Amino acid sequence: MKNIIIEKTLKLDCGKEISNFPLAYETYGNLNEKKDNAILIFHALTGDQYASGINPITKKEGWWNYAVGPGKAFDTDKFFVICANVIGGCMGSYGPGIIDPLTNKPIGTNFPVITINDMVNAQYNLLDYLKIEKLFAVAGGSMGGMQVLQFVSNFPNKARVALPIACTASHSAQNIAFNELGRQAIMSDSNWNEGLYDEKSTNPDKGLAVARMAAHITYLSKQGLQEKFGRNLQERSDFKFGFDADFQIESYLRYQGSVFVDRFDANSYLYITRAMDYFDLTKQYGGNLSKAFKDTKTKFFIISFTSDWLYPTSENKEIVIALNAIGADVGFVEIKTDKGHDSFLLDVPDFLSTIKNYLNTTYSNINERRI
Amino acid sequence: MKEEFKVISKFIEEKSRVLDVGCGDGILMEYLLKNKVVDVRGLEISKEKVKKCLSKGLAVIEGNAENDLKQFPDLSFDYVILSQTLQAFMSPENVIKNLLRVGKKVIVTIPNFGHWKVRLDLLLKGEMPVTKNLPYQWYNTPNLHMCTIQDFYNFCNNKRVNIYKSISLNGEKISNITTSNLKYKNLISELGIFLLEK
Repeated sequence: MKNIIIEKTLKLDCGKEISNFPLAYETYGNLNEKKDNAILIFHALTGDQYASGINPITKKEGWWNYAVGPGKAFDTDKFFVICANVIGGCMGSYGPGIIDPLTNKPIGTNFPVITINDMVNAQYNLLDYLKIEKLFAVAGGSMGGMQVLQFVSNFPNKARVALPIACTASHSAQNIAFNELGRQAIMSDSNWNEGLYDEKSTNPDKGLAVARMAAHITYLSKQGLQEKFGRNLQERSDFKFGFDADFQIESYLRYQGSVFVDRFDANSYLYITRAMDYFDLTKQYGGNLSKAFKDTKTKFFIISFTSDWLYPTSENKEIVIALNAIGADVGFVEIKTDKGHDSFLLDVPDFLSTIKNYLNTTYSNINERRI
Repeated sequence: MKEEFKVISKFIEEKSRVLDVGCGDGILMEYLLKNKVVDVRGLEISKEKVKKCLSKGLAVIEGNAENDLKQFPDLSFDYVILSQTLQAFMSPENVIKNLLRVGKKVIVTIPNFGHWKVRLDLLLKGEMPVTKNLPYQWYNTPNLHMCTIQDFYNFCNNKRVNIYKSISLNGEKISNITTSNLKYKNLISELGIFLLEK
């Protein structure tokens, strides 16, 4: 596992300072001589640095394997793709699961509350370490998209292209509500123990699984669920008149919950959802989102999905409107799909091919015209 | 089509900011980028066409001119172009008003319903005209508000919109439209191209 230790002090939004903390990352493809082909990808709530190929820890496909790889939308034959585990995460970066050398136990809820801003500021150190002056692009979906927005506002003109996908500039009440539901599920699990559980033996697995099940529903669309599962029964011809998983959708959700607890830390889930809830870029700029992108030279390409009701087109369009208000270079399309918010992670050919062509054309235009 | 682009391109000064409303596949945008040093943006209602534009790296946003022009600040573009789409709007009057608000200058091109072939079709056949430039049947046409060059001229006069230049296109022939030749040009032009200012 690749990681760097960030010695420099990072002042967090909560007021605390951290230093000498680890940041785990992965890279795909090669950085060219001019160092102008680097793309920084930000992961979503439950992602990690293993965007492409096989995740060596879970032995499953990377979370953005459809999009990142040789010949894919983010073509690693052409681009150098970097992805880091966010702070607060549980795949090697500084998070609540890290062992505190003083107590020899996980930090747990003694971990400071972090924000999207803190995550982005921590990851910026990676560019210094890799000696990348200017990124070709920053990209990400959902919470990854929020990091894209925060990144371009914190570090103007550090990236030529920004691709915020299926995200928002201000986390909605509905999204805060769903996150709170997940957190309450975790915190009501008696194993949670105020967050001071021992990661190896007594995890709040039940609470975390319920949190995942609830969240998973929000990632899908009603139509998608209906088409995939309908009222189909799970390996039985009639109801069992009990509370087993009679329906396929129940069984599917239970399965999603059970595999999630094997790879994710409950405290990380609390901290990262909190960071999302606190995200309000519009408020950071005194109620005027346009100010977040003042004088930007970055080319923006914003994408939303028709069936995404968690980060709906209207919220993505607010970003487009804010950028248009200051004459920024912005493209926007709403992709038609019934796969809900999850669309950005799935094989949606229209979505993937548009990104691929956009990046390839823009990269060659920049090289030809030096725009 | 080529001639239309040529005329539009001639209207536009170097190093200006241009918005192409209803930019379609982005052919005009590409033509302008190739022939002029301009900063050009597009607005297009069709997802398919927006995807094509973005695949070409063009700065195009999906949207409807009747609702989405609102987001652009006053006079935020040097030129706003509306090529052969005015007739398709619910309220052409509002769209023109918004174009003139967003752009310092506005270029509008209209397929001329006053062309003699169109007139003859209705006169002789007694059927809604179907021509090369207006290929639709009455029941499937997206064109809700057809007008003639003269209608548009009158509209601009009534609304106190300044017509800086007006050009007639008939096949490959390009000529000026003036107050004195308006009746004639309204009969022989397939397309009218107008450079407007508030």
